[in-house]
Amino acid sequence: MSDKTIDRVAQATPAPVARKIKGLSDRAIAWIFVSPTIFLLLAINIFPLIWTIQLSFTNYRANRLNREPENIGFRNYERILTDSDIWLNMQATAHFLFWTIFFQVLIGFTLAWLINKKFKGNDLWTTIIVLPMMLSPAVVGNFWKFLYQPQIGLFNYIVGFFTGRDPSSFEMLGQVNLAPWAIVIVDTWMWTPFVMLICLAGLRSIPDYIYEAAEVDRASKLRQFFTITIPMVLPFLMLAVLFRGIENFKMFDLVVQLTGGGPGSVTELTSINLKREAFEKWRTGYASAYAIILFVTVFGLASIYVKALNKVKER
Amino acid sequence: MSSFSVNEPSKRTKWFAGTLVIGYALITMIPLVWIAITGFKSPADAIAYPPKYIIGSDSKAGFQPTLEGYVNLFTTRTRQTQEFLDANPPENWADEIVRQYDMVIVGPSKFGERFLNSVIIGFGSTFLSVFLGTLAAYAFSRFKIPLADDLLFFILSTRMMPPIAVAIPIFLMYRQLGLSDTHLGMILLYTGVNISLAVWLLKSFIDGIPTEYEEAALIDGYTRFQAFYKVVLPQAATGIASTAIFCLIFAWNEYAFAVLLTTANAQTAPPFIPTIIGVGGLDWPAIAAGVTIFLLPVMIFTILLRKHLLRGITFGAVRK
Repeated sequence: MSDKTIDRVAQATPAPVARKIKGLSDRAIAWIFVSPTIFLLLAINIFPLIWTIQLSFTNYRANRLNREPENIGFRNYERILTDSDIWLNMQATAHFLFWTIFFQVLIGFTLAWLINKKFKGNDLWTTIIVLPMMLSPAVVGNFWKFLYQPQIGLFNYIVGFFTGRDPSSFEMLGQVNLAPWAIVIVDTWMWTPFVMLICLAGLRSIPDYIYEAAEVDRASKLRQFFTITIPMVLPFLMLAVLFRGIENFKMFDLVVQLTGGGPGSVTELTSINLKREAFEKWRTGYASAYAIILFVTVFGLASIYVKALNKVKER
Repeated sequence: MSSFSVNEPSKRTKWFAGTLVIGYALITMIPLVWIAITGFKSPADAIAYPPKYIIGSDSKAGFQPTLEGYVNLFTTRTRQTQEFLDANPPENWADEIVRQYDMVIVGPSKFGERFLNSVIIGFGSTFLSVFLGTLAAYAFSRFKIPLADDLLFFILSTRMMPPIAVAIPIFLMYRQLGLSDTHLGMILLYTGVNISLAVWLLKSFIDGIPTEYEEAALIDGYTRFQAFYKVVLPQAATGIASTAIFCLIFAWNEYAFAVLLTTANAQTAPPFIPTIIGVGGLDWPAIAAGVTIFLLPVMIFTILLRKHLLRGITFGAVRK
């Protein structure tokens, strides 16, 4: 098939053009191949970013078209960094980040370690375990909301069944002390397989002869685990944490569908708060400054982390 | 297991590990199975307490399966007077289901349209990202490009921005260009989001193809284009296919941009499904039916992709 197509293309190409194409240097081809991608990224990512930076110094409101925005310098940034409510959102985000990563690493690593025991049918079960992470986070949030319904929800029923509590005596999404954990549970359900898969790749990358050598040296299984398994898997684990960290820092869809930031604002992560400022209160300039602060934070933390990761890899 | 290895776990260890993993897999499946079942319940059964989980049984925990959820998902209905219902006998099985609530089907719901939007935008952006991504990945893999590492990192860093941060100027820009709530606008946007994945992933696949084949082709008188088209592309086919599936899944699942930048014309399924309302509140069986239909293709693709899953989710950083 492809042979015919290429021949037809070759025949259909006028001779001068063909000569030109044939004559193209590798360097020219490289630029022709790369530039559309770079152009698209400039248009969809970089230009908007620069525009956001520019807007962040104004008091522009996107719902008031006929009012000229004024330049107000760093006032947006000052207001955000001194706003105690935003620090509460940051705390909610930190709580979410810390506990999701904690549980996902703990459960994910354990699962990978168990799967690596190569029991019969481990491939099939791995595929089943992996399913949740490929689903749409918004839709996942939506149906977990159904499972979390007080009285009728399956989650409350199962908790009630095993602990003897009345299933209508608690509301996972409606109580200030439970809602932050409700979102941690769903995120852990969804993303533990991600950490598991990466850990599994790490475990499988350890060559057998290292363990054999340790066995010859009569190192105990426990000692092998801490001196071989953990250090060899660590770079993989850190990579998984990096991906989860970035993703959960920008978490929006799952939580917005589950709790919408409520009750009150205990699960209002920074992204949800940002959406409120930008698309409900229409404080475009203020929200732009907020977006820049978040981006710089992620970028800064990620860069420091990648440096640490590279150090671990070099060891 | 012909040769003895000190690392081969004992039978008991395997049995123990297997039991724990299978136990986890079964627990993790409960929410998905529950949603699939709920799609086949009547609204009353869906919110019954204690939950009903035995299909087709008359016991207290049993329910009769019905296609009501699916009918409600795809149709709009109105309540009618008894005289009207008596005068017009039900036209088909779907109509018959609706009649028990004194209603008649008056037309299709918006779900079909939204689902179609998801398909159009998903496939459109996937095609564009894979097309552009393959070209860029080939160039990064085979040619010396000045500042290649910086460019590649720049491509990846665009993924770190919170979607809402990008959405503010995109919203303003699209409003000016008339791209708000259009398929083209969403396709371009999703391509911009997915291209970093496509480039990184395809580069990892193309890096794995030995350069000797192309060099041989070039000596045989092929041009660079021909070598790329005839030699490299066929060998990268698996990689391109799995990259395409990843891009498709991400575009399919996307919610933040869709909810902020589309309202009607180009709205995809994820922002639409949670808003399905029935009589007296959310219509959970219809929502569950919509969720099932929406998630099923992704699950099938995930199973097809299982060998390349790890590479895809880590942007090509980890290869098995």
